[in-house]
Amino acid sequence: MARELTDHTAHELAVLLTDGTVSAREVTDAHLERIATFDGVDTSSGVWHRDDNTGSNDTAIHAFLHVLADAARDTADEIDAKRARGETLPAFAGVPVAIKDVLTWPGSPTTCGSRMLANWNPPYQATVVTRLIDAGLIPLGTTNMDEFAMGSSTENSAFGPTRNPFDVACVPGGSSGGSAAAVAARFAPFSVGTDTGGSIRQPAAFTGIVGTKPTYGTVSRYGLVAFASSLDQAGPFARTVADTAALHDIMRGHDPRDSTSITQAAPAFPAATTDLSGVTIGVISELVTDGFSPDVLARFNDTCQALSSRGATLIDVSLPHAPYGLAAYYLIAPSEASSNLARFDGVRYGLRVDADTAEEMNAHTRSEGFGTEVKRRIMIGTHALSSGYYDAYYLQASKVRTLIARDFSNAFTHVDALLSPTTPSTAFRFGEKTADPIAMYLSDVATVPASLAGIPAMSLPIGIGDDGMPVGVQIMAPLLRDDVLYRVAYAIEQTPLIPTGPRAVAEVNA
Amino acid sequence: MSLPEEDVRHVARLARLFVTDDEVALFAPQLNAILGYAEQVAEVAADDVEPMVHPFAPADVARDDIPSPSLSRDAILAGAPAVEQMRFAVPRIVAEEG
Amino acid sequence: MTDTAFLPDGWELVVGLEVHVELDTATKMWCGCATTFGDEPNTNVCPVCTGQPGSLPVVNKRAVHDAILLGLAINGHIAERCQFHRKNYFYPDLAKNYQISQYDTPLVSDGFLDVEVEIDGAIVIRRVGIERLHMEEDTGKSLHVGESGRIHGAERSLIDYNRCGIPLLEIVSHPEIHDPVTAQAYLRELQAIVIATGVSPARMDHGQMRCDANVSVRRFGDPLGTRTEIKNLNSVRSLGRAVRYEALRQVDEITGGNRIRLETRHWDESRSVTETLRVKESVTDYRYFPDPDLVAVTAPTERVETIRATMPELPAATRQRFADAGLNREQAIGVIALTAIDVYDDAVKHGADATRVAQWLVGDIAGVLTQESLTLAEAGLTGQHLSDLIAMIADGQLSHTMAKTVLGHLVDSRGQATPQAIAKKHNLVQLQDTDALRDIARQVVDENQETVQAIRGGNTKAIGALVGAVMAKTKGQADPRATNQLLNELINASA
Ligand SMILES: [Mg+2]
Ligand SMILES: [Zn+2]
Repeated sequence: MARELTDHTAHELAVLLTDGTVSAREVTDAHLERIATFDGVDTSSGVWHRDDNTGSNDTAIHAFLHVLADAARDTADEIDAKRARGETLPAFAGVPVAIKDVLTWPGSPTTCGSRMLANWNPPYQATVVTRLIDAGLIPLGTTNMDEFAMGSSTENSAFGPTRNPFDVACVPGGSSGGSAAAVAARFAPFSVGTDTGGSIRQPAAFTGIVGTKPTYGTVSRYGLVAFASSLDQAGPFARTVADTAALHDIMRGHDPRDSTSITQAAPAFPAATTDLSGVTIGVISELVTDGFSPDVLARFNDTCQALSSRGATLIDVSLPHAPYGLAAYYLIAPSEASSNLARFDGVRYGLRVDADTAEEMNAHTRSEGFGTEVKRRIMIGTHALSSGYYDAYYLQASKVRTLIARDFSNAFTHVDALLSPTTPSTAFRFGEKTADPIAMYLSDVATVPASLAGIPAMSLPIGIGDDGMPVGVQIMAPLLRDDVLYRVAYAIEQTPLIPTGPRAVAEVNA
Repeated sequence: MSLPEEDVRHVARLARLFVTDDEVALFAPQLNAILGYAEQVAEVAADDVEPMVHPFAPADVARDDIPSPSLSRDAILAGAPAVEQMRFAVPRIVAEEG
Repeated sequence: MTDTAFLPDGWELVVGLEVHVELDTATKMWCGCATTFGDEPNTNVCPVCTGQPGSLPVVNKRAVHDAILLGLAINGHIAERCQFHRKNYFYPDLAKNYQISQYDTPLVSDGFLDVEVEIDGAIVIRRVGIERLHMEEDTGKSLHVGESGRIHGAERSLIDYNRCGIPLLEIVSHPEIHDPVTAQAYLRELQAIVIATGVSPARMDHGQMRCDANVSVRRFGDPLGTRTEIKNLNSVRSLGRAVRYEALRQVDEITGGNRIRLETRHWDESRSVTETLRVKESVTDYRYFPDPDLVAVTAPTERVETIRATMPELPAATRQRFADAGLNREQAIGVIALTAIDVYDDAVKHGADATRVAQWLVGDIAGVLTQESLTLAEAGLTGQHLSDLIAMIADGQLSHTMAKTVLGHLVDSRGQATPQAIAKKHNLVQLQDTDALRDIARQVVDENQETVQAIRGGNTKAIGALVGAVMAKTKGQADPRATNQLLNELINASA
């Protein structure tokens, strides 16, 4: 079978673009065409918006909320013209990218998957988006997500769920489900997600792709609509480790507009290597338990063996406070969210529901604008910060957070990287966990500890579970050592033991 | 600590959310379940532990006091649900300021 | 009447003041928007100060510097490390629906001011403790549209975010002020310090300095009574009047068998009463927590000492210096209150006599400024102007009356003209002992022989009539002293 342009990795496309084999316009058109075919999107021209009744009965993926076909084609043409003039272009100029609809990008509405912002055109651009554009990438559009990034299945989007390209009856994970699905379905070789408690890693695992949550503070949050400011971090999705590293490198860098953006330089990402001699990797005992499904544990054990075969030393490591991570997270994140989302009040932007008084207008706007999960978390957070409860909830959780971070730094005195399955199970079916918030929250049990500690973590595919759905492994590294993630990931990716690679949507649908 | 329905209403008021009786009935048990789960943090002995606000503890990030261009008034008002006299218009405020 | 005697015997007043000062930075607290007063609505705004989703705050360096400087000036302890908290409450003029402020780690704590208060004609020093000084941000402004123009009865409100995010310092005194005069003296002294440090012009009429008073009363020896918070105190004078009114009202309520409610009250200047703005049923739950978008501010000793080294002269030192220069207490206070220290120093540097300068400043100049509702700076008056004016009087070029006229023109020109040019233009030149004046004097002597005889007969006071006649003929331009001398010479010479 001849390889389509959409089958290529970003690195392969970069070669074809640089040597003139294909134009940016051809690459863009190929991806737009595939989006039109499999995502239920009209990409013929203009700007396309998904509304909440689009395609509830079809089997399209619904990865995108907005596709800016004309703008993408224009950008591609500009890049081709520059190349024709002999201008030096960035390495990945002309490669398409999809952006989670939580980063401000004037020209496209930024909805955050919420009715509240259904028609909000941001008046400024996120730093990350500027970095993508400066790197010559071609933003195709914005992707679906759980409302305000709160969720683990993309079922909380006000504009309908995204489907898993492996099996459209399954969720793609969340909250960055649209970005993960877009890359898995080959709508784009690159996409950008955000991760607060696992929102990049869990959907990467569910859709069989690679996704990284960078060290907190290394990718600017300016223009990232906040869910939980002390945890939110944007990061890359791609189908290979090298592509993920490339996009990550484009995204990271100090930003003076973000006070939490760190100035320390982080090590460069390594070239692909499969030799792990001298590398010690810890397996987190608390995250390899019978709470994880047997097929996930089986693939995980295969991965450990693969790493040993590459020369790595594997040891068991205990993070005694990791089991409290999820509890701490579900106090800290909602607390911050309750304050971050207070600004949606019908006064300055977004939805307004009219009423006689400003106070009633605020309350009705927020009740109609926010979905159930967002309201739940706002209420949890409001309660956790309120007088009489602050010490037991928010403060105690913040102390537990310190202990978890300490556990990690203790572990990293012995090991270079830590390992766990990304999720307790493979992708679940629509509706399976919507009635039970805690069951849904448990999807994040393995990803949340790294989020709390701020350390870099990634998920990459390690094969297929008993249900035919992808399984992911999570790698974690010390603060600022995102490079270690890629070193370990390359070795896993290059091991024949691991049968992986996302299936094309075409195959799924056939 | 459980959260009776009257507390759910109080929290909704603080969070400025309008909630129907049905929503209160739906939320009360869910919030109780979530808080019940989250209360595990109490099992950790952490009296003398510093709370963590940032993964890094950077300090003194500041900018020079030099004006930078503001956005145009049109750009800021474009997103507003209601505008009057170049200002954001809201219905009468029933004073409840902080 | 002593300062506390306005309350019935046995009652004590307890006042604590919360003062907000808008810093005079070029940009806002968290963004690069300008802080200009009075611009068109919503023109100094950006994603940050209108709370656009995804925007983030970055601290203004100058604001932190100014806060430390003022903290030192009020004798405060500067925290080595402090952080910002979010104070969560919904209000349309608060763009994020939380105010970034400080909570359990204010930048400055444990300060005090020694204020001079006049009691029964004697000056006493009262020390007022300052609990804290912290950094925060201002809110936007609401325009209430409808019949009343005030928030009550308005149909809707229109929000302008130009002011939203302007750096504020909040200075909270301990509740240990027991009379309105001390409250006023504290506010006046704080204002003078704010101005002296240069962190804000502190004009209450522009809202650059705002004061809320927490007022309660109790019988001596009792625990603290329930307090009310009085807002809308737009001048030092209003503070004194409002505290007095409120204390008396509370004593009346209590002796009438009623309880004081915890409430916010509004000072109505025109009716001279406080009235309920809103009753606080319970303490508002602001859900303070550390702002995760901002990092700690540190003030290590070296930084604090570097700032302390730049501390300008503070009002107490200025008053002492003025006293040493021969100014009386009223003059010293007056010059400081007029924000005229620089003008004073400048005038003295140009050779003018210190007490003369002070007299002019607190006398005629203060009068003109009040009449014209101008500040010294707005009027454009400089030390050079003042020293010139004083020199022209000393030289006999101008009479005092003429000098006042010159001052009026000087203010009209906003300091653009010089006193010399104004005197020339308006022909305000005092006739000295010149031929012209001698001719006029001789004419007056010739025309008033009867008076001349009377003077020669010993009625020396009658000379006044002759001086008046000369003045009339010269349209007031004659130098009275020179005229007097001339007339005496003429009368005695022809005797
Ligand atoms: Mg305040
Ligand atoms: Zn601004």
